[in-house]
Amino acid sequence: MAATVKYDEVETGQEIPAAEYRVRRVDLVRYAGASGDFNPIHWNERHAKAVGLPDVIAHGMYTMAQGGRFVTDWAGDPGAVVEYGVRFSSMVVVPDDDNGATITISGVIEDKREDKRVVVALTARSGDARVLSKARAVVQLS
Amino acid sequence: MPLNRDFVGRTYESSAPYEVSRVKISEFATAIGDSNPIYHDRRAAVAAGHPDVVAPPTFPIVFSLLGTGDALADPDLGLNFAMVVHGEQRFEYERPIHAGDELVCTSTIAEIRSVGRNEFLTLRSDVSTTSGELVCRTYNIIVERGGAA
Repeated sequence: MAATVKYDEVETGQEIPAAEYRVRRVDLVRYAGASGDFNPIHWNERHAKAVGLPDVIAHGMYTMAQGGRFVTDWAGDPGAVVEYGVRFSSMVVVPDDDNGATITISGVIEDKREDKRVVVALTARSGDARVLSKARAVVQLS
Repeated sequence: MPLNRDFVGRTYESSAPYEVSRVKISEFATAIGDSNPIYHDRRAAVAAGHPDVVAPPTFPIVFSLLGTGDALADPDLGLNFAMVVHGEQRFEYERPIHAGDELVCTSTIAEIRSVGRNEFLTLRSDVSTTSGELVCRTYNIIVERGGAA
């Protein structure tokens, strides 16, 4: 139960290379089932537009989960994440086609703390929009 | 219509413990597209030093608000679900959640505030085992669009 990344080998300001995560309508249906969040704005275009949205939008928690994947894939152990928070600053609009939308996530080591912990700041974009803000994970390194 | 501030400070308990299963963790990990064997294969999780498969960081969203549904649907609160979007989410973990955990949640409406035309409601949930060990805290801010107009 330990991160594969060593505290002494990372520097403040160090970047974690970007990764891309695709989200299609079927992913939102699957996420609705697994999470129990069946809000129709995440799967029903007619309903989404009726409440003033441009189209079906991804669950914020789906986008947050991709940020979680990004951090745990980097750290090497899901158990190394001791804190994770985001603000949902813009919607991920998911069109009804085979490509869906793409979420691009990158990270930077923002701070090195005591007890071999680091703060990872995440940037998440979909199209021109920054879809997460204040996205930070505190990770326990080895 | 603004939300009823009388609800600030009210606390809600989950009605029954939530049993974390290997199958549910695997289902959730699949739904977020994560094939990390620590989520899907007990042997891989044990080899990594965990007692059983562990849950992805955002997994507590599955059960942490189960006790608050009735409160949020209470007509006295005045929340129009059709206009609700998720504003912010944060998790503070004491340890990873793993299969076999039996968890109870105590959720509190911590704050209600207006920002522009929108209403912001903060729910804090303390997630503990049935024997009282704190496992994580979650903070969930939901936004009712146009609620303060």
